[in-house]
Amino acid sequence: MTRRRERPPLLPVVIAAIAVAAFALPLAGLLWRAPWSSAWDELSSPEALDALRLSLITSLAATAVAIVLGVPLAWVQARVEYRGKAFVRALTTLPMVLPPVVGGVALLLAFGRRGIVGAQLDKQGIQLPFTTAGAIIAEAFVAMPFLVLTLEAAFRTTDRRLEEAARTLGAGRGEVFRRVTLPLVRPSLIAGAVLCWARALGEFGATITFAGNLPKTTQTLPLFVFLKFEGTNTDAAIVLSLVLVLVSLLVVVGLRERWLTTR
Amino acid sequence: MNLDAHVKVIVGEFTLDVELDVAGGRTLAVVGPNGSGKTTLLRTLAGLTPLDEGRISLDGDVLDDPATNIFRAPEARPVAMVFQDHVLFPHLTVLDNVAFGARARGRTKRDARDYAGEWLDRVGLADRASAYPRELSGGQGQRVALARALASDPALLLLDEPLAALDATTRIDVRRDLRRHLSTFDGVRVVVSHDPVDAAVLADDLIVLDHGRIAQAGTPSDITARPRTPWVADLVGTNLYRGTADGNTLHVDGGGSLAAASGVGDGAAFAVVHPRVVALHRAKPEGTPRNVWSGHATSIERVGDRVRVKIDAAPSIVAEITAGAASELELTDGSPLWIAVKATEVDLYLA
Repeated sequence: MTRRRERPPLLPVVIAAIAVAAFALPLAGLLWRAPWSSAWDELSSPEALDALRLSLITSLAATAVAIVLGVPLAWVQARVEYRGKAFVRALTTLPMVLPPVVGGVALLLAFGRRGIVGAQLDKQGIQLPFTTAGAIIAEAFVAMPFLVLTLEAAFRTTDRRLEEAARTLGAGRGEVFRRVTLPLVRPSLIAGAVLCWARALGEFGATITFAGNLPKTTQTLPLFVFLKFEGTNTDAAIVLSLVLVLVSLLVVVGLRERWLTTR
Repeated sequence: MNLDAHVKVIVGEFTLDVELDVAGGRTLAVVGPNGSGKTTLLRTLAGLTPLDEGRISLDGDVLDDPATNIFRAPEARPVAMVFQDHVLFPHLTVLDNVAFGARARGRTKRDARDYAGEWLDRVGLADRASAYPRELSGGQGQRVALARALASDPALLLLDEPLAALDATTRIDVRRDLRRHLSTFDGVRVVVSHDPVDAAVLADDLIVLDHGRIAQAGTPSDITARPRTPWVADLVGTNLYRGTADGNTLHVDGGGSLAAASGVGDGAAFAVVHPRVVALHRAKPEGTPRNVWSGHATSIERVGDRVRVKIDAAPSIVAEITAGAASELELTDGSPLWIAVKATEVDLYLA
């Protein structure tokens, strides 16, 4: 007897196809309208290069900030029992769902010249809004939860007995972290950092609200795309949009095994 | 070299309260059913679980004493542990696993690797130095775990169920090797096992834990020959009876009595009857046996060329007879049977 597979029901398949189209059509539109002949000129214009360079610097710096602050945060959340842990988790996850522009407003109220922290900083001669440092802070604020959540799960699922074995072999807590825990969570650290970086690279709302749109200082790639699209040079906007699509695609494909499958 | 410990740990409803005194060069095995506190005991000795009360000292050096607020962290104790399932570092090669302790205790990377190489050689795994733990067989993993522990130069070596992760065929070989390697280590050895046979092979002394307390202590042969807990008796496959001795007769708790060849005095006592000395009959036997009583077969189980028969009676008993004898008796579940045991085969001893 031959085994026949049951045919999948029609309705969900049709709806799924519509959903796929909803994802695919905008990308197709972008490719359709791309000014292929002048693409290289648009990409290598001084303005575009400035935005590209600034985006690389700020997104990498934001990722570095996220690693420095996020690794200990993820470890504490995974390993230390304390009251108010659920509240801290909600607080540190909030930027993932918060409208970025609201994040930008909040950052401005905290770190602006009249903000609670900003006023103190201002007295020391430190200004964050409308500076590159401000753009980095805005990006880190929005992107760090991606790193923290990925890493927290990894710290939680690490076999604690490996750490205990290391302790009995003479390694102190710091050495155990360095030589056992960190190597064990390395794949998750990399995945989290890449996700965090991709989110930082695409950050728009918080950056423009908190850091403004100053060429060479805070005008990152997404801001440049928006400005050009609203203004006169749609071609530049499309070309640089494609650059961002390409980067995002690489991230998705690269992380497919580690993060994006539902195994 | 000497381990002297009084360990008291309270976990919810459970209290572990055990005193140990083990000399260097000797192996103490701690056996007992699951939940008897064996692993907790090892963890307190390693410093992974702090004592609530008591004192642990190794060679006169106090490791844990809550009364004077002394607690040495695991890394500061000359104690190494071989974990159940080995718990090798998956991200390190076999060589670096074994070198881990030497590095942590201050040797240079190169020095630690040389030292680890010597240990791998000693356990016969020099050719697996560059392998990763996932590529090892169960027996190899066990030897690497042992080499890793010993290469940190401990004074006290703890082994938590060292043979539990192995299948039956490799187990016997690994057990023999483990015994040989343990004998070359002159520190104190403590092995936890749920299998009294493993313990008997590996250990010089044995304690049986039950509900957090020592139910019996002695040499392995003593404990397996004269068990004081039903758990040990079951595992060594013998019949254990608890009751009150009156001359050379034991009045068994729960009904019935057994006569032995000679008395041991009056009071609480145990009697052991080996299943192979129990004779079964369809009709009441004539003749000399002092202990004759009747019951019904409740389970019949073939073990190799012999048959184990459980009989519900007063007292209940397990008999082991030949397959031939079993077919002559036409045994089925519920068969009425007569049981006969010679008084000389009843081993009576005071509790």
